[in-house]
Amino acid sequence: MTIDLIDIALVAGKIGLIFLVILGLAAYLVLAERKLLAYIQERLGPNRAGPWGMLQPLADGIKLITKEDVKPAGADKWLFYLAPAMAAIPAIMIFAVIPFGPPITLFGREVGQQVVDINVGLLFFIAFSSIAVYGVALGGWASNSKYALLGSIRGLAQLISYEITMGLSLVPVVMLARSFQLSEIVAAQQSCWFIVYQPLAFIIFLISIFAECKRIPFDLPEAEGELVAGFHTEYSGLRFGLFFVGEYINVIVLGGLAATFFLGGWHGPLLPPVVWFLIKVLAFAFLFIWVRGTLPRLRYDQLMHFGWKVLTPLALVNILATGWFIVLKG
Amino acid sequence: MEQTLFYILAIVTVIATILAITEKHPVHAIIYLVTSFFALAVVFYLLAAPLIAVFEVIIYAGAVMVLFMFVIMMLDQGNPEEARCPLLVHCLPALVLAGIILAALLLLLSGRSTPVAPIGGGSEKRLLDVADFAITLFKKYGVAIEIISMQLLFAIVGVLYLGRRRKP
Repeated sequence: MTIDLIDIALVAGKIGLIFLVILGLAAYLVLAERKLLAYIQERLGPNRAGPWGMLQPLADGIKLITKEDVKPAGADKWLFYLAPAMAAIPAIMIFAVIPFGPPITLFGREVGQQVVDINVGLLFFIAFSSIAVYGVALGGWASNSKYALLGSIRGLAQLISYEITMGLSLVPVVMLARSFQLSEIVAAQQSCWFIVYQPLAFIIFLISIFAECKRIPFDLPEAEGELVAGFHTEYSGLRFGLFFVGEYINVIVLGGLAATFFLGGWHGPLLPPVVWFLIKVLAFAFLFIWVRGTLPRLRYDQLMHFGWKVLTPLALVNILATGWFIVLKG
Repeated sequence: MEQTLFYILAIVTVIATILAITEKHPVHAIIYLVTSFFALAVVFYLLAAPLIAVFEVIIYAGAVMVLFMFVIMMLDQGNPEEARCPLLVHCLPALVLAGIILAALLLLLSGRSTPVAPIGGGSEKRLLDVADFAITLFKKYGVAIEIISMQLLFAIVGVLYLGRRRKP
């Protein structure tokens, strides 16, 4: 395997660009969420820092950086410090395999508009989303606090359960595209998006990613009515900020994946591919915020029953039906 | 470059595994073990087997260890520092097994036996293809897969039976 400097520079450039864009998007998603929730609740939302509160993310960032970093007595020092990174890093790493446009020609060589196009891209995503559990689990455990521990135990159980439904809902996609490679999954949807063939799988996947993001109606790990703030109760300053930004990065990444698996990725008429991809991701982000503004929280046993007794059997039946469909179609 | 990476990862794997065994605190041991699995996964990737690398992370780091962690957190052991070093008698079966594995390894290294041919029959440097892997697994070893999956099913049913609520 020979690697020359231009290749390394291209990959480094792509990583840097994605990092900046995602962090910027995540920061403004916080603002968008506050604004939209305010409109849903007939309030104004943040409107003092800059026009329409556009500088609010900057102000929030400065506040978080300058805040005191509190470590509770009796906390497990290193794990307490490490946990926020363990929550945010896997989320951003998943973006490495998402294609956001067709390959283009740069410096006389074909450059794919994604960081790496490995042939197990879909499994890479499942692997890293299962690793993201450690951030929640260790954050709550290392805090040495009852509420945080309860939050992280709930989080663990919820994430394990919904990972299974998420994985099962993606099996029909792989069966239709005949590949784990995300660029090939997108290419297979050139004429018809998979949501047309697989509406049930799409709904199951959507519900599962709501649970994976730990957002309303599945925000049991941080249910503020009963657990103060769940697994990040004891965190403050930039470490809390990392948990918080990690959640929004997760929203962007999972929205991008939902677009890739079911909505044809970057395919779309007239507009350039990257713009189409961005539109789809932002549409999912809007849906996340909208749902947060309208739905109540589930009870814990309802959440587990729904995952194991409704979604998992449905996903299995869906796989069986897809198998028959493919066989009969020939 | 691949060799350098391999040696770095190999050292990380060995150190993390040793720490996972010697660490007395169960949660810390889990973190070390996950680190070791991760480094091992990258080693598999370097060996042109991305599928195995991803399975290593999904199954071992992402599922098995998370369940271990769940149990440890649920039980919440009070003072793990009291864990003692096991007696030599308790180590005996493990030592015997280790001896057998070591002997097999030495036999392999001495070059007596022929190496197993790579899947698909291609050259050694080829990337492991998912389709080839699946065809080999489910056609050539189909019966074995069925037997193993039945065994897992029996295990689940057995656990359900043992864990059932007995009538008072």
